[in-house]
Amino acid sequence: MTKRKPYKRELPTDWWLKHAFYTKYMIREGSSILITLYSLILAWGVLRLSQGEAAFNGWLEALQSPFSILIHLLALALALYHTITWFSLAPKAVDLWLKGKRLEDKVIVAGHYGAFAVITVFCLLIITL
Amino acid sequence: MSELMIEIDVLRYRPEMDEKPFTQMFEVPYTPDMSILEALQYIKDHLDSTISFRWSCRMAICGSCGMMVNGVPKLGCKAFLRDYYPKKVSLEPLTNFPIERDLVVVMDDFIKKLEEVKPYIIPEKEKCLSEGTYLQTPEQAAKFKQFSMCINCGLCYAACPQYALDNKFTGPAALALLARYNRDSRDGGEAQRMKIVNQEEGVWGCTFVGYCSVVCPKDVDPAAAIQLLKVESSKDYLIGMFKPE
Repeated sequence: MTKRKPYKRELPTDWWLKHAFYTKYMIREGSSILITLYSLILAWGVLRLSQGEAAFNGWLEALQSPFSILIHLLALALALYHTITWFSLAPKAVDLWLKGKRLEDKVIVAGHYGAFAVITVFCLLIITL
Repeated sequence: MSELMIEIDVLRYRPEMDEKPFTQMFEVPYTPDMSILEALQYIKDHLDSTISFRWSCRMAICGSCGMMVNGVPKLGCKAFLRDYYPKKVSLEPLTNFPIERDLVVVMDDFIKKLEEVKPYIIPEKEKCLSEGTYLQTPEQAAKFKQFSMCINCGLCYAACPQYALDNKFTGPAALALLARYNRDSRDGGEAQRMKIVNQEEGVWGCTFVGYCSVVCPKDVDPAAAIQLLKVESSKDYLIGMFKPE
């Protein structure tokens, strides 16, 4: 008779707190919650804009409350965190070969930051001009 | 001068005697060049001969001695006491696998997954021996070489929370091996393997935690293999919408 009795360990619910790498991953994924919230606030603004000047001004005013500023700062911090960590992972999903050699990781990451800068400037121009 | 000692906690489990695993502490003489595997061999030879662990080559080739060292999946032969001394070292069997005995885990599910991805060259059309060998340029070989370096140690499965949450997920090493054959210019089996890739249990079970690539002792980078396969899977899906087979 076999004496085998493989023991299965349960995954603790706080597995993602046991190692900094997992915690950082969960923050990266979790950042999407606040970013979704922020896009909903923006979408709400567009809706208010369609309802006339008074409605839009009311929305702008609501954004100036300390709570709203806190949400914005949090959303900005998490969006930056998501962007930076995502850019650093980008080379894993890019497979470009030039003259028989794979494009170096740092070139791909730099390309992402370059595109980020160009698009940011373009958006700022649209808003301010 | 008295000998320097280091404390090593080992998670023990003896299926014929124990209901659940327990920790046993050993004191081992410390030298800076001693690997974790050598420390375990010292324990087996001098302190407790009943302790079980897998090992063979002692040089990060066979992939047998994977274990959790202070909670991180590592090869016992490639981790050294000097990186932990004077602190305690805690050894546990690889997580996400059932424990067979002490540091030995049941890897059957992992082996089954390796077999499922058709890890062999499937030529587009069989060539007669007289037609000669299948030729390949160094550049064509470079496209898959990294993904062929896997030693099947299972560290990436122990590092993968997605495999821990649902072990139907094909997992890092098997998908990297699949990528290795799909990227081989001599292979014509991509269509067969994409059926495995496209499934929920295929690449889409991966949420890009990326820890598999950090713990890989051979720099295979399974996370990259999976993300690249996601790109291929998306292309496959788009093409399938316009040109159903």
